[in-house]
Formats: sequence, structure tokens, C-alpha cells
Amino acid sequence: MRRIPHALAALTAAPVLTLSGGVFAADAISGAVQQQATNWTAIVMFLIFVAGTLGITYWAASKTKSAKDFYAAGGGITGFQNGLAIAGDYMSAASFLGISALVYTSGFDGLIYSIGFLVGWPIILFLIAEQLRNLGKYTFADVASYRLQQTPIRTLAASGSLVVVALYLIAQMVGAGKLIQLLFGLQYIYAVVLVGVLMILYVTFGGMLATTWVQIIKAILLLSGASFMALMVLVNYNFNIGALFQAAVDMHPKHVAIMQPGTLVADPISAISLGIALMFGTAGLPHILMRFFTVADAKEARKSVFYATGFIGYFYILTFIIGFGAIVLLMNNPEFFRPGPDGTINPITNMLGGTNMAAIHLARAVGGDLFLGFISAVAFATILAVVSGLTLAGASAVSHDLYASVFRRGRVNEQQEIRVSKIATVCLGILAIVLGIAFEQQNIAFMVGLAFAIAASANFPIIFLSMFWKKLTTRGALIGGFMGLISATVMVILGPTVWESVLAHPKGSAPFPYDNPAIFSVPLAFIATWLFSVTDKSRNAASEEAAFEAQYIRSQTGIGAEGASAH
Amino acid sequence: MQQELTRKIRNNPKFAELTQKRTKFGWQLSILMLLLYYGFILIVAFVPSLLGVPVYGVITLGIPFGLVIIVSAFLLTGIYVRRANTEFDELNRQIIEESRR
Repeated sequence: MRRIPHALAALTAAPVLTLSGGVFAADAISGAVQQQATNWTAIVMFLIFVAGTLGITYWAASKTKSAKDFYAAGGGITGFQNGLAIAGDYMSAASFLGISALVYTSGFDGLIYSIGFLVGWPIILFLIAEQLRNLGKYTFADVASYRLQQTPIRTLAASGSLVVVALYLIAQMVGAGKLIQLLFGLQYIYAVVLVGVLMILYVTFGGMLATTWVQIIKAILLLSGASFMALMVLVNYNFNIGALFQAAVDMHPKHVAIMQPGTLVADPISAISLGIALMFGTAGLPHILMRFFTVADAKEARKSVFYATGFIGYFYILTFIIGFGAIVLLMNNPEFFRPGPDGTINPITNMLGGTNMAAIHLARAVGGDLFLGFISAVAFATILAVVSGLTLAGASAVSHDLYASVFRRGRVNEQQEIRVSKIATVCLGILAIVLGIAFEQQNIAFMVGLAFAIAASANFPIIFLSMFWKKLTTRGALIGGFMGLISATVMVILGPTVWESVLAHPKGSAPFPYDNPAIFSVPLAFIATWLFSVTDKSRNAASEEAAFEAQYIRSQTGIGAEGASAH
Repeated sequence: MQQELTRKIRNNPKFAELTQKRTKFGWQLSILMLLLYYGFILIVAFVPSLLGVPVYGVITLGIPFGLVIIVSAFLLTGIYVRRANTEFDELNRQIIEESRR
């Protein structure tokens, strides 16, 4: 077995990176991943998952006829099912492997990230979930453009959606390629093509119904697998948490430092900025927002968030236990390490496959080769499920927002719109494969962080203000939204992550000193939207303000909202 | 017809009651969540050693604090959903029924 330096850093470092001042970024490009021995157990288990999900797609295809079926699964998903699907969208391979790896290397710091990823959910529920469900049909652009001019606002929303989807997709595709080498022992390109083809099949034939069920099944498998691992760790310590932490402190090279915030938080501005990006970015992710249109009404939308928050919170507690379990069960076992040149083992730098493999190694330690195969298959299935949701969100932005509303000005029938959506799915799938191959050797660690920053700076302010602020005008939303999009992108490019780690400028030379722009770009978007709305004295602005009341009544009561379809 | 419905709802005092109660409740819970989370983040940013104070064996204050935030996120959503799905939805049902008369 060979040493694989931080093999998955590219996949997992994005959230880590935003706090670390580029420490992790350097690892993301370092060295190609070394392919491992072929793991047939994992491959067979993954094929069973694929066979099952293709069966579901076949069933879903027979029920997917109208546009509402295709985009929103007919509106017939229950709150509980949707909660699982949302949790599935959120529990990516990066959060499972990356956060448990972070707990393994730094202990408490892992918890800081988990919490940041979770706290956006209650805010979504308290402030926007019901309104979103009551106003929207298929995409969040329906909400943003409800009383504003269709063409400019849908173009803005579709741009925000597509940029976020593209960044997320690239990160997932590259992650898939790296994971397949590590977990299955197959070549990078197999993973990229396999994921691309399967997601095209799920989405084009099964639409949102298939995409949702793939996500639900994966979420159940991942939660079960992670529960089993955490349980086995606790069984090892007779459920004595104190003894588990004591053993971890004794064994970990950083000792008691793993029980408190470490070096990952560079400075207060970065910490707060990350918090803003995570909290409000979640409320601006198109593939997540789209899930609110798959349930029957506002009541089910609320339940979705309740269950999703529960599952996600539970999952993060599991990853914390798994990370500590990896410390106590792996660090003393030379089987999982390759000694350094001097013959000694550094448990942080010498782990086989890099520390992102901590959860995978722990699976073997507690459940043997069969369970290792299971967890590997689930980790890969996770990527497949997440890219399917992303692609459907991207295809909807193209067909429902750009094609049907902007290009055809609403003069389009459902079947044409669905056809365009399927063509867009195939194009996005092919594009994802091409980008996945193109970015294999690139540093993509910044991409998920940038996606969250853009979602928080461009999508969230427009959604929020369109719901609650009467005086929002098309001009204000358009200028503010694009300012958020552009400022977030420019600040990320000029920040240390891209400027120094990707573009290879000297350390400390980045014109913008922070990794995460949200603390500046989110207020900028809000202020610009406000300024260009209140100074808008056009006739349009007046009629948009007058239309607010009817929108407000619908958003609050659900009168006139899209219902579930008959079947 | 639609305008008539809108007018009736707007003039129904129960509509004002519903939106005021729900908006207030939503913001109260949001502020609580924001205080908890940003309180935590500000401690991480400015006085990280506070979270390293041992409370039981090697377990530090940061661990229960972190878990409390995760659990409160879940509980707060539960509290909101419980009230919204009963009290607010009932009020909403009355408003819609009255406006259709």
C-alpha cells in the first residue's frame, strides 16, 4: 500500500479552508491520488444500490408525466420523506468523510463546522420556508419574480442558480473521481463517467420523484452505517463517554488541545464571515430550495425542516463520535498507517489514504471487510445522489426560468418545457463529465465555499426581500443580486485561497485578506438592493409595490398556492 | 373574485392577528438561535480558552455547549412547528373560511 497525501483534501477542504487561511488548500493539489487494490465487496454493494435506484427510476418514470411531476414530484412527497431527502442533500461525502477527518486531526474544531452547517435550518424554517412553499411553483425564481418583472429577475435567479450548481458539481465530480480510486480501486475517469451517466438516467427518466427517492435511500443507508459505527465505538467504552474522551486525549499527539478550539480559526472576521456564509448560504442553495415545492402545503414544508434538522443534527453528533472513535481505535493500530522515512508513525500525516480515510478505516476496524465495503459503497452513492439533485436544479433553471419564462415569455406548453429540461439535464451531465476530467489536477477546494458565499450574497437577499419588503423593485433586486454575485466571486478570487493557493502568487500577497467574503458581500447586496429600490421612481416600481399586498396574503395564508397533483 | 378575496382577508382582524403572532414568534426564535450561534462563534473567535475549561474529567465546556446548540436547533424547530401546525393553521383555516362566505 502506498501513502496518499491528503487524497480527499480536494473534496473536503472547502468548508475547512474558509477558516484555515489556506493551510488545507495546499494539500488539495498536492500529488495525484494513488489507486488502491480493487475492492470487490464495495463494488458489488454499490452495484446493488445502482440496480435498486434504477428500478426506482423505472417506477418513477411511469408516474412522471406533467411538468409538476418532473420538477416537483407531483407535490406528493410527505414532510418526513422530504426531511430525509433534504438531509440527504446536505450529508454529502465531503461532510461525512471531511468532518470526521477534521475531528480525527483536530478534535473540537470539527464540531465548530458541524454547528455552522446546522444552524441555517432553524432560520430557514422561522423566516422563509412557508412563504417559499406558498409562493413558489418549481424554482426559487418563481418566488423572487412573483411581482417583479419576469425577464430580468429570472435571468438573475437562473444565473445565481447555475453558478452555484456548477461550482458544487465540479467539486462533487472531482470528489467522485478521487473516491473511486481510494474506495473501489478503480480509475478516476470511470467514476466521472459513471456518475455522469447514472445521474442523467435518474433525472431525465425519473425527474424529481426518482431524484428524491435516490436521496432518501442514500440518507437511510448513510445514517444506518454511521449509527452502527458510533454505536460500536461507544460499546468499546461501555457507553462511558468520559473514558472515550480520556483515551482520545491520552492517545492523540495534540493531547488535551483536541478538547478546545484549535488553530483553524484564523481571526474573528473569518470566523464570523464563515458563520454568515454557512447560515444564509443554506437558505440560498437552489437544489435545497427546490425541495420545498415537492410537498403538498406549508404544513408539510414546516415538518420537512423539522425532520431535516433532526437528521442532520443527529448525523453531526455521529461524525463527532466517529472522529473520536477513529482516534482511539486507529491510532494504536499500525495496520492503518505507513511508517514515515524514519520508521516512526505520525498518526496525522501517515494515515493510509490521508486522514479523510479515517471514517473508512474505522468502518473496517469495527465491522470488518464486509462493513468496509458497505461504507465505501454508501460514500460513493452519496455523491451520486447529491449530483442528481444539483443537476435537476440546474436543468430547472434552464428550462423553467430561462427557456419558458425569459426566452419564450411564457408562451410554451408543458411538454416542450419538459423536453427542454431533459435536454438541459443531458447537457449538464456531459458538461459535468468534461469539467470533472478537466479539473482532476486542479485545486477545487475553494469551490464549495464559493458556492455558499454566492448563495448567501446573491440568492438569499433577493428571496428574503421579495417576501418581506414591500418596496423592493426590479431595478433594486437586479443590481443588488448581481452585486452580491460579482462581489462574492471577485473577493474569493482575490482572497488567499484562490490568489495564493490556486494562482500560485506568493503567500501574503492576496489583495483581499480573508478566505470568506460573506461578511462584506452579503451586506453589500442588501444595501445595494435597498438603495436602488428606494431611489426607483419608475411607474413599474409603483405597480410592483402595489402588487405586494396580494403576494403577502398568498404567502401568509397559502390561498392560491400550488396544491398537490391528483395522483 | 381574487381581488374580493384579498380585500376580505385584509379586512379580517384575524389576518392581522395571524401575521403578527407568527412573525413575532418566528423572529423571537430566530434571534434566540442567532444569539446562541454567534455567541458561540464570538467565543471561538475572541476567548477560545473559555471553551477549553474542563467540566468533567477531560470533557471541556465546549463539548456540552456545542451539543446544546445542536439539540436546541432541533428543539426550536420542533417548538415552532408544533405551534404553527396547530394554533396558526387553525387561525389560517378560519380566515380562509370566513373570506369565502
